Amino acid sequence: MTAVPVVRMQDALIAAMQEDIDDQSALELADRLAAEVSTHGARIVLLDVSAAQVVDSFISRVIVDIARVCRLLGAEVTVVGIRPAVAITLVELGLSLEGVRTALTIDDALAALEEGAGADGRLA
Amino acid sequence: MTTPAHAMIARRIVPDTEHDVRSQVPEQDRSNSDLGVRASIADVLSHRGEQLLDGWVARGAVVAGASSADDLRRDGGAVVDALGRALNGADQSLDLGPVSGLLSDFSARRTRSGDRPSQTAGLILALREALLTELDSTLDEGADRMAVAREAGRLVDGLALGSFDGFLAGREEVISQQGEQLLELSTPVVRVWDRVVAAPLVGTLDSARAQVVMESLLQAIADDGALVAILDITGVPTVDTLVAQHLLKTVAATRLMGADCIVSGIAPQTAQTMVQLGIDLSEVTTRSSLADALVLAIARVQAHTERAARP
Repeated sequence: MTAVPVVRMQDALIAAMQEDIDDQSALELADRLAAEVSTHGARIVLLDVSAAQVVDSFISRVIVDIARVCRLLGAEVTVVGIRPAVAITLVELGLSLEGVRTALTIDDALAALEEGAGADGRLA
Repeated sequence: MTTPAHAMIARRIVPDTEHDVRSQVPEQDRSNSDLGVRASIADVLSHRGEQLLDGWVARGAVVAGASSADDLRRDGGAVVDALGRALNGADQSLDLGPVSGLLSDFSARRTRSGDRPSQTAGLILALREALLTELDSTLDEGADRMAVAREAGRLVDGLALGSFDGFLAGREEVISQQGEQLLELSTPVVRVWDRVVAAPLVGTLDSARAQVVMESLLQAIADDGALVAILDITGVPTVDTLVAQHLLKTVAATRLMGADCIVSGIAPQTAQTMVQLGIDLSEVTTRSSLADALVLAIARVQAHTERAARP
């Protein structure tokens, strides 16, 4: 099991998932992010999954849970860099990460958060 | 030892499409005199091959036209040679595989050139007339002309039947190529503005096409870093529940990639049908025309870049 690195920048936390994230490290990441958000009072959490070739149903559920927990703690989670193949797989599995913000790059994610457009960053 | 009966049983147990032509020849007629008959046909093929080919091409031109006959002149020689070899090497079982292989290729090529199957078959059947003419002029007085003619007819009929397989294979190939081309043609993804991609869909959206559209749209989003994807369904004639499901999946997938998706070009009639079918697109941003969708997309991109530029 390899721990997912979490970097803090001002009021943002950035976590970059590795290629072969396993269930255990995902759960551990969820715990650690919740702790970090509440200790540092972070307002933004960016979850970079661009390295991940495979996101299964368990990981996607953990991601949705992370988003809900962080929102309770006052931070907005954006999932960054989902690959086309991963997006197709998730949709085919019926897992569309409802209620979680998404962005193609970290820059886009930050700009969208500044914008505050719509309830979950969507078009009005 | 292999008797004709054994050979027949073996052939029935192991179906061999390549050599199906052989089964057109009734096995019970095989005998030593048969071998003699074949030898005399083989003799004509090897000694009077050129005259035979000339006769074949001349008769073929009448049935199938000059261009087919020219093609036949190029390939006919190889067919005559292969047939001669098959007959010479024949013991009890006659292997016409190489000959029908040649004719299948020929037939497939003629199909691609636009010949009708009857023309190709007629071209091959013209070999019988030519063969009979040559046999007639070379056979001895005492020869069993009837038996020779019957065997020659049987041979050519089998080959002509085999050419239908070649025709069908050629046709199938053309159809599958066209299908692929159609799939590529009908699913373009274009970059219509800075960070905006659009997929104008034309034709019925089945599962296979929906998958291609989704893949190419998502790839375009990743390549261009698009913020907005427009799915224009002006050219989609009907939207039923299945098509709507594909649309919703595509919208969900673009959202996962961090892009907004706008569906445009729903015809009034289509909108009514969708409402009557109970298709719920309330989660999807829709605009009536591609132009309206583009206006919205540009506004979205401008708002985004302004925010991003702010220190």
